[in-house]
Amino acid sequence: MASTDPTVRIIGDDGVIAPTEAAEPYLERAAALDEERLVGFLTDMVHTRAVDVEAANLQRQGHLALWAPSYGQEAAQIGSSRAARAQDAIFPAYREHGVALVRGVDPVDIVRMMRGVTHGGWDPAAHGNFRPYTLVIGSQTLHATGYAMGIRLDAPVSGDPERDEAVLVYFGDGATAQGDTNEAFVFAASYQTPQVFFLQNNHWAISVPVTRQSRTPLYKRASGFGMPGVQVDGNDVLAVFAVTGALLDDARAGRGPALIEALTYRIGAHTTADDPTKYRTDEELAEWTARDPLLRLRRHLEQRSVGAEVFERIDAEAADIASDLRRKVLAVQDPPRSLLFEHVYHEPHPLIAAEQAWLTDYEASYGESS
Amino acid sequence: MTQLPLAKALNAGLRRAMEDDPKVLLMGEDIGRLGGVFRVTDGLLATFGENRVLDTPLAESGIVGTAIGLAIRGYRPVCEIQFDGFIWPGFDQITSHLAKLTNRLEGRERFPIVIRVPYGGHIGSIEHHSESPETYFAHTPGLRVVTPSTPNDGYWMIQQAIRSDDPVIFFEPKSRYWPKGEVDLETPSVGLHVSRVVRTGSDATLIGYGPMVSVLLAAAEIAAGEGRNLEVVDLRSLSPIDWDPVVASVEKTGRAVVAHEAPGFLGMGAEIAAGISERAFYSLEAPVLRVAGFDAPYPPAKLEKLYLPDADRVLDAVDRTLAY
Repeated sequence: MASTDPTVRIIGDDGVIAPTEAAEPYLERAAALDEERLVGFLTDMVHTRAVDVEAANLQRQGHLALWAPSYGQEAAQIGSSRAARAQDAIFPAYREHGVALVRGVDPVDIVRMMRGVTHGGWDPAAHGNFRPYTLVIGSQTLHATGYAMGIRLDAPVSGDPERDEAVLVYFGDGATAQGDTNEAFVFAASYQTPQVFFLQNNHWAISVPVTRQSRTPLYKRASGFGMPGVQVDGNDVLAVFAVTGALLDDARAGRGPALIEALTYRIGAHTTADDPTKYRTDEELAEWTARDPLLRLRRHLEQRSVGAEVFERIDAEAADIASDLRRKVLAVQDPPRSLLFEHVYHEPHPLIAAEQAWLTDYEASYGESS
Repeated sequence: MTQLPLAKALNAGLRRAMEDDPKVLLMGEDIGRLGGVFRVTDGLLATFGENRVLDTPLAESGIVGTAIGLAIRGYRPVCEIQFDGFIWPGFDQITSHLAKLTNRLEGRERFPIVIRVPYGGHIGSIEHHSESPETYFAHTPGLRVVTPSTPNDGYWMIQQAIRSDDPVIFFEPKSRYWPKGEVDLETPSVGLHVSRVVRTGSDATLIGYGPMVSVLLAAAEIAAGEGRNLEVVDLRSLSPIDWDPVVASVEKTGRAVVAHEAPGFLGMGAEIAAGISERAFYSLEAPVLRVAGFDAPYPPAKLEKLYLPDADRVLDAVDRTLAY
């Protein structure tokens, strides 16, 4: 049945190049990736996993309020974000730790957010226009669409892919049920925005399977909105890279928005607050664990005769990154108390000023009475 | 000086803001070719083109959510919500994101978005077309909430709101869209967040905003015929509240009645009454009284006169406060 497989896949679980028919339009782009770039992808993926595992451990040890693991989704995140160009803006949901690392975010800034030190974490302007995490499901799809509308209003397409901008927005299978996501599809198609909707279908919205969100394969929804939809094996970093790059370049060239559905799996819990054994089977988990995206790329590189020392180096770096994260987290300071009032408004606001003054006096009064 | 109705004064204010700043753009349902269901944006598409006046798909969350993205890109979007009762599909984007993004980003970016909302009753319309939802927004940190009561304020306040680097929810009293008033196109009105005494008096203070101000002035006129001298304060800004003129007035009169079309329970009147009692307790001769819409859903239009506070109901409260 391989000939009717709608999924773009280039490397199989065994690491062997075995493209599906759907992969045909993207093979040239994938073939252009040399060994150095593929080793770079593996490095990103291994580093992402190391950060993810360490952060989850830190949460278990009481250092973080919460952690949303990215474990298992590394190929989807690295392949797509490495396909974005430097000038592109990226709007994440809240599990895109791999994308954050690719755009230069220090993992401790993600962890500061999950520790309750900040709602934001990093300055998008200093991190490849990687926007803050958005916790309300689907909201960021509209922000991304508005931003992409702005790109189109700013200037016509120049035709130079190194200059023309596009937007990449991440969301999950649960978000496809949200009104905002569907409104974003409508606006994007209507204004022919330069953007790619990157749907990581990790099969579970906390405890609810994707079959509850949709009776139809999600990529097929795109056609109803009037844009192309492509389903890709989200654990195949080559396929993800090639498809995302092609559709982002289409978008920046003025050919409108597109939807990518990356089939992947959330090996970890939704967050450290839930227990996946209550809603999914060991068999399902084992099946997807066997399809680990890191193993797949590593097998492929081994077949290309990449030496063991390369993998050892990557693993050693990852261990350093993890211990560096641990060290930094333990040194994170609580936010200054002024943060409570400082950025509610840009312009002076009498109520905020009065409450801030009151709190200062109130706290000072403790000292006086003793 | 020129005579304009509020709807046309707002139109002139929007036009001037768009001329002053090329980053100002308008978005909403039917605002382009039709000029808005109240014609507030009439003619602006013809002048500024469809890159500045966007007839959007029919989705309020989509309008507000994409406006946020446009603001990130450096634009100053002015969104029109067609009617008060249709703002709720956009409520999540307004309260979860628009109100909080400045805070979330720790001041690194600005979200200078204005959301225009025609509000209030007196237009004999069907359900969802006559509501007064201002409290929900005034209760939300991060938003500024204002409402003009006159054409002159409409002309200047819309420009001030657009220049604000904070998000502003701009409530337009639709019952006041068409009566004409004097507009001074040269001399700016007072600041956006300034409340103002619009009639001086000494026996009691009437406090209101938006559509209620003309009702309070009419009540004061009737009372004057009965020998009662009432002061009227137009709040203009619901968040933040400019307390000084309110407190100064109550310190003078010793009595206050606050009125709005919105339901009374937890309405703006509750905040005003509490604020006065905290600030001017020893000046008060009577409790602050509220005159408000009932705590029932806005009724079918044939009953709206019964629902909405009118001059008689305001004067009834004046009688009660003076009887203390």
